[in-house]
Amino acid sequence: MKHLLPWIVFALLLLMLPWLFPSVLGISILNEMAIAIVFALSYNMLLGQGGMLSFGHAVYFGLGGFMAAHALLGMELGGPIFSVTLIPLVAGGFGLLAAVLIGSFSTRRAGTAFAMISLGVGELLAALALILVSFFGGEAGISGDRSLGPAFLGADFAQDSQVYALAAVWTFVSTLAMYLFTQTPAGRMANAVRDNPERAAFLGYNVQRVRLLSFIVSGFFAGVAGGLFALHYEILTAQNLSTTTSGNVLLMSYIGGVGFFTGPMIGAVVLTLINSVLSHYTELWLLYLGLSFVLTVMFLPQGLTGLLMMHRTPWRRGRLRSLLRPYLLTGIPATLCLFSVFALLEMLHQGSGSVMFFGLALNTEQPWAWLGALLLAIAAAYGWRRSLPSLREAWRSASQEDAP
Amino acid sequence: MIDVLIFATLNGLVTGLLLFLLASGLTLIFSMMGVLNFAHASFYMLGAYCAFSIGQYTGFWPALILAPVLVGGFGALVERYGLRHVHKSGHVAELVFTFGLAFLIEQAVQSFWGADTKNYQPPALLDFPLFTLFGQDFPAYKAFMLLVSIGIFIGLYWGLTRTRTGMIIQAATSHPQTVANLGHNLPLIHTLVFGAGSALAALAGVLAGPVLTTFPGMAATLGSIVFVIVVIGGLGSLTGALVASLLIGLLQSWAIAVDVGMADLLHWVGVEFPPDHPLKDIWRLSLPQLAPVLPYLLLVLMLIFHPSGLFGKREG
Amino acid sequence: MTRLTRVPGLARAAILHFLFIVAQTGLAQSLAPVRIAIIDPQSGAFAATGETAYLQLQFAADYYYNEHGGILGGRPIEIVALDNKASVADTQQQLRRAISEGIQVVVSGNGSAPASALSQAIERHNRRNPDQRVLFLNYAAVDPALTGADCSFWHFRFDSDSDMKMEVMTQAIAANPDIHRVYIIGQDYSFGTAVAASATAMLAGKRPDIEIVGNELHPIGQVKDFTPYVSKIVASGADAVITGNWGADMVALARSIIDAGLDVPIYTFYGAYDGITATLGEAGKHRIRLVHNDLPNPLTSEEHIAFNRAFKARYPNKDVTQPRIATALKMLVTAMEKTGSTEPFAVATAMEDLRVTNMDGEEVWMRGSDHQAFEDLHVSVQTDEGIVFDADNSGFGLLAELTVPARETVRPSTCQMTRPTQ
Repeated sequence: MKHLLPWIVFALLLLMLPWLFPSVLGISILNEMAIAIVFALSYNMLLGQGGMLSFGHAVYFGLGGFMAAHALLGMELGGPIFSVTLIPLVAGGFGLLAAVLIGSFSTRRAGTAFAMISLGVGELLAALALILVSFFGGEAGISGDRSLGPAFLGADFAQDSQVYALAAVWTFVSTLAMYLFTQTPAGRMANAVRDNPERAAFLGYNVQRVRLLSFIVSGFFAGVAGGLFALHYEILTAQNLSTTTSGNVLLMSYIGGVGFFTGPMIGAVVLTLINSVLSHYTELWLLYLGLSFVLTVMFLPQGLTGLLMMHRTPWRRGRLRSLLRPYLLTGIPATLCLFSVFALLEMLHQGSGSVMFFGLALNTEQPWAWLGALLLAIAAAYGWRRSLPSLREAWRSASQEDAP
Repeated sequence: MIDVLIFATLNGLVTGLLLFLLASGLTLIFSMMGVLNFAHASFYMLGAYCAFSIGQYTGFWPALILAPVLVGGFGALVERYGLRHVHKSGHVAELVFTFGLAFLIEQAVQSFWGADTKNYQPPALLDFPLFTLFGQDFPAYKAFMLLVSIGIFIGLYWGLTRTRTGMIIQAATSHPQTVANLGHNLPLIHTLVFGAGSALAALAGVLAGPVLTTFPGMAATLGSIVFVIVVIGGLGSLTGALVASLLIGLLQSWAIAVDVGMADLLHWVGVEFPPDHPLKDIWRLSLPQLAPVLPYLLLVLMLIFHPSGLFGKREG
Repeated sequence: MTRLTRVPGLARAAILHFLFIVAQTGLAQSLAPVRIAIIDPQSGAFAATGETAYLQLQFAADYYYNEHGGILGGRPIEIVALDNKASVADTQQQLRRAISEGIQVVVSGNGSAPASALSQAIERHNRRNPDQRVLFLNYAAVDPALTGADCSFWHFRFDSDSDMKMEVMTQAIAANPDIHRVYIIGQDYSFGTAVAASATAMLAGKRPDIEIVGNELHPIGQVKDFTPYVSKIVASGADAVITGNWGADMVALARSIIDAGLDVPIYTFYGAYDGITATLGEAGKHRIRLVHNDLPNPLTSEEHIAFNRAFKARYPNKDVTQPRIATALKMLVTAMEKTGSTEPFAVATAMEDLRVTNMDGEEVWMRGSDHQAFEDLHVSVQTDEGIVFDADNSGFGLLAELTVPARETVRPSTCQMTRPTQ
């Protein structure tokens, strides 16, 4: 029962969210999250569970998606007609095929060599996508209508909300399947090979085979995500194969936390929100994204999930409340410091005229605006630094196990 | 045809040596710290932008010195307060850190210098054609780029093999523990090498900015290519970096110069194909079309069949 | 949500305008605004062009309507900038945001890929949701397919398509007796291919003696150095170059040609503004030629001159690059006033075969059969002589050399439009 609880919560969340955000935009963002979750989880099978850092995961996502788009287009042009609920399966199958092909040589090596091969393959395919027009459709891409298949349970999938229902089911099933994979002997072996390939080889395991298996399964689910993308947007373009897409999934996984199964899911949700919500308010959102990514790698190597998980021990010991005061003492100057740094960045970006910042009109032509923000930033940073020792102390006492 | 080839060769040399300025720093950093620096090309971009901004006040020549010094200092700070901090989380984290840094620098450049192309011109002193061959000018500025790159190569080679500092650096890459035990400050050496590598990249940027245009995408178009060079040349090998740089520079230049396509090749072996064949895109591929992809193809092939590269002593 | 954060002085200006409108009509604030979304890149590598377009649309709305009591009996026009980051997926995301906010008109144009994806998405959306329809005004995407094979009832184009532009460009080339050998070079994707094909066909028709001495496609955004390509151009003995390149590829190509000392005219689609004119500067003088709808210099129309001056006064670092954006807005407003509503089907029907006068005093016609607008086309040259309105504040600007009247740019419509009923 205890094992089932997270899954029930996950299913309930998937069920409830469209009721909480019923607008066209809300549903669309939810669809995007579902796609990102499956994609990021598939990526973490490589990075987190298998120790393979890939810079070309968009290849499997994109190829699967393109196949799905072709299948949809085929229905429009008189090809085989089948239920679009199976589209992600078609896409996954193609992603799997590509993974078998590429994995057969790239998984021979791990570490930097694997990363470089994935980068090379990724760049190759991204460049070829614009050259091989018949399959990739040039820059206009391949587009197909999702509502032409036979209705499934009365749904023709013309509306985004129906696509959400489909995406939610596929996301749940894929997440469950990927979780179960980590529990199989093959999944455990992937961890062993990640941690110490020599030792695993010495124990008689074929290291490449173990890596290849993870790689293929990961390729399948990346393809499924691509298929969901094709269903939601009804179009795939060369952009889906670009190195930016590959970079994005790395960002998601890392910000979420590669060491945890749920890490990439949290990262996917956070990044989707940044992409669709934060970008609406500031032009500098990519800069903030880059900043938070670098800071995460430096100070939260376990990602956001790691930060949450740190609180398990104090929570179990009922000491969470003792952390509240030091958190406030650090949090207030830290927020103030970031606030003024962001204000400075926005003013710097603006150059001339005035900037609206949280309802505050900052005039870049007036020196006091600069001076004020700068002084506030320095003062807050000082306060932040001063408060750190007491926070550390509080942490130590809250998370220390009582002496027996 | 011959005139095109001659110019392609000249140009391949200029590009190749420019790539070497980048690759030498990258490979040095790799052999010392074992981390491939994704942000290396970003320092190249920063070099170009800094030189552009400084040049508006001082002119080109002071900027040629000041910009690399500035970026080198920034690189040293990155190593000291960024990379060293991440080092304890392992190699993957280091690689991811430099990847994030590259992303961040690109965004910062875009936000504060703007997304448009910068009006960064070569100095008036060198703004004349050095010679004209087959009706095409060879700008004096390119000759200057060539000279500086060769000078840097000679300087680096001499510095690393003939000076005391160079010896220590070389020793630090192969026997770091021994060097530390001898009382040398290993972390300081790391910082200095990283800073020097960044400065070299920035110098490449200062030189390339006026010719290859200064815009926020300039790091991305070059970044992966430099990786390819370092891997093909053999990680950690300076000679390998030089050979691979020239190889890639010439290869890309020649591939554009020769108009050979898949169709010609098939025609030559006696195979014809209908123009509406389903695989027509593949039959239509031509060498110039593939020129920018060739390095990646080489990279993948090299890593599969000869992972230590042309001159490398060890694998990645 | 108007993005006040981005624009110099816009916050102040918006407040001033608001007060102005309130004072002038006393009505504007009580009536709901007519909201128009502009979906274009506002961040990332293509932000510069997207922002310029947004500012021009916003300015045109204020200058022509909001400062004169609004439209439809006092409703102000509100421009909402939605950032598509030049990405196809984000374009669709922003379309959904616009729909969620009840916006009925979408303006977009930067990039053929996002534009054709948007046209297709709107076609599907309007078919599936007849009660939430959206209208699409395209001010810059020039792929002929948008009003040809892939035409849509909801899509209206205010820029001449690439074939029309090529017709005029080849006319200019044909008229130059010094040109005998032409080299075509472009980015390796649909637009580059289309430019090459139409240039070859049209030159053969107009001047069979002109030889196409080269037809080169290079990978888009991947070329670091164009010198090897330029060597081929020099070796071919070309005395004119045609290119469809844009952005950094455009600058780098022109730069390499100039550095090689090759003194030939370069005929372009996108060889000016947003930093390009300033970067090429003196070297581009008399070389860079551009085919476009928008008369840059010399201006004779008082209305156009006043518009440019007012725009420059508000945004000193920006240029009026696309007056056709104002034309698009004018046509939309005319159709809305005519039908007395903002309902997309009614407005779209009213816009068919509508004729309005643009700020240069010429009549612009929106053809009903394929929704392509016809406006004079110009071939302009980069120079610093006779320039009143320069580009990038560089002293250099564009001077029209050849003007082809709208009626001569009309090409037969190939659109098989599926028209919705009501």
